[in-house]
Amino acid sequence: MYEKDGQKYFVVDSHMHYWNAGPDNWVPGAEQYAKGWIECFHAYQGLGPESTHWPIEKFMSYTEDDLMKDVFQDGYVDIAIFQPTYLTEWYKEGFNTTEKNAALGAKHPGKFIANTRWDPRDGDDGLKKLAENVDRYGSIGVKLYTAEWNNGSRGWTLKDPAAYRYLEKCQELGIRNIHVHKGPTIWPLDKDAFDVSDVDHAATDFPELNFIVEHVGLPRIEDFCFMATQEPNVYAGLSVVIGGLMHARPRFFAKVMGELLFWVGEDKMTFGSDYGIWEPKWQIEGFVDWDYPGEEFDDYPRVTVATKKKILGLNAAKLYGIEVPEEYRLGAGEGAPAARDDAVGVNPGSPAASLG
Amino acid sequence: MTATTGSRILAALAEVRDPELDEPITTLGFVASASLDSDGTASVHLRLPTYFCAPNFAYLMVADAYDSVSALDEVRRAEVVLDDHFAADAINDGVAARAGFAHSFSGEAVGELDELRANFLGKSVLAGTDVVCRPLVAAGATPADLAAATLGDLPRSAALDRLRRRRRELGLPSGDSSPLLLSSDGSPLEEDAVPLHLRKARLTRTSLDANTSICRGMLRHRYDTDGIGESS
Repeated sequence: MYEKDGQKYFVVDSHMHYWNAGPDNWVPGAEQYAKGWIECFHAYQGLGPESTHWPIEKFMSYTEDDLMKDVFQDGYVDIAIFQPTYLTEWYKEGFNTTEKNAALGAKHPGKFIANTRWDPRDGDDGLKKLAENVDRYGSIGVKLYTAEWNNGSRGWTLKDPAAYRYLEKCQELGIRNIHVHKGPTIWPLDKDAFDVSDVDHAATDFPELNFIVEHVGLPRIEDFCFMATQEPNVYAGLSVVIGGLMHARPRFFAKVMGELLFWVGEDKMTFGSDYGIWEPKWQIEGFVDWDYPGEEFDDYPRVTVATKKKILGLNAAKLYGIEVPEEYRLGAGEGAPAARDDAVGVNPGSPAASLG
Repeated sequence: MTATTGSRILAALAEVRDPELDEPITTLGFVASASLDSDGTASVHLRLPTYFCAPNFAYLMVADAYDSVSALDEVRRAEVVLDDHFAADAINDGVAARAGFAHSFSGEAVGELDELRANFLGKSVLAGTDVVCRPLVAAGATPADLAAATLGDLPRSAALDRLRRRRRELGLPSGDSSPLLLSSDGSPLEEDAVPLHLRKARLTRTSLDANTSICRGMLRHRYDTDGIGESS
């Protein structure tokens, strides 16, 4: 929890990692990709405050002790949600697998939620593995990478019939939250790899599932926002938005937040530190202190303490069924976290009908 | 290489834009070096913010730089090399052989990049529309005023010239009598569609600017020297 000016914030870090990207885990013959990948992540860390930068050696292989200190002891996080990233073509044991995450979670009961993943190209074996992971780790969320390379396939979309089989399986297994990586990617090479239109289709056809678009489609925020306004079950995952812009480019951060608050709404935005790219401490402290830096932002929605409470934890807590102690909850009239009807396009009194 | 020739090569490279960010590769800091040998061989090295920047956009920039520099009279042969990128070999060899994108990434790509380029030009037009319209709205223009306005009604400005060029490139009307606001299919915009159109235009510009700022930050982390033509 975080406390400032008499306000108490319950913090859910809904997008973080525990990876091993050290040379000991590089696949022989793919070393340049394994190295290039982690160096690329490391450059993102450079967008945070200088005092929080790590040497590349630590960044490749931070320890359990580092994580527990940075996220929970210093970082105010109450519950952290692991999002796995496999990348087994480059990293021998995977970059950040469900198993590795869950093993750490098992040592610290009540601190972590271990999400799992699936890839529709894995067919029946993948469906079986998904059921096993849900059974073993209690996962109620998954992280998906539609642009991932797989045995000659140039990525997939949520519209594929094979993906629909998995989404149906998710519903059957009790998985509620589908985190989709729509952010910086590599493949497919010849198309725009950031296309979010597939989320639109799946969200319409699976209204019981929540679709959290991680990194808000960066660098295609506009495509994401236009889509999200039409789908009540689409959410904005703020990983990279706060970490990558709030410190490095405060004015652009204000504009991006203003746009997200306008198009998507404060009930549907979730904080994720993207640890170990960025430590949560400075992001949470900075976000609680944050407001628009001047009059030119006046026609964006206002930001209140309740806005920040929802974004930092209450929205994600609702999506994951996390019990929030009474003292952190919103008062009467402060809104309903994760409410589905708070987007421009699904709100009958749409503010988009005026010039603002 | 004479100073004049150097500035001509730089000017040729300044014509090349990152199609995603809609900025010249020179001012973005993507030109690591540029030179011309006495035998007429131009040698250009490009660099990008990360090892994994999207290869489709990277290919377009390398190919455009090759075409732009090759077109100079004093250049007999051009070598454009992308440095420090996971797909550098495929891109450099493909551009040098004028092989086209799909051939350069045989088996990994099926199409050329014209559609991608057009899609991003459309975003540039929308973002440019915000730049041009925001001062008008601030000065009190109503949706009816904006729906009725033509490009010729606006005072000349660099932003307006740029918007006209982008519209021309995309095959949209760009003359004085052309409507200021166009819907995505190129038809004039109705008055009641103006507010949402402008909201979308502002969002598109915000997205582009945020993206550019992240790319600049990443490039600065990766290279601690200015690119050629970056500061001009």
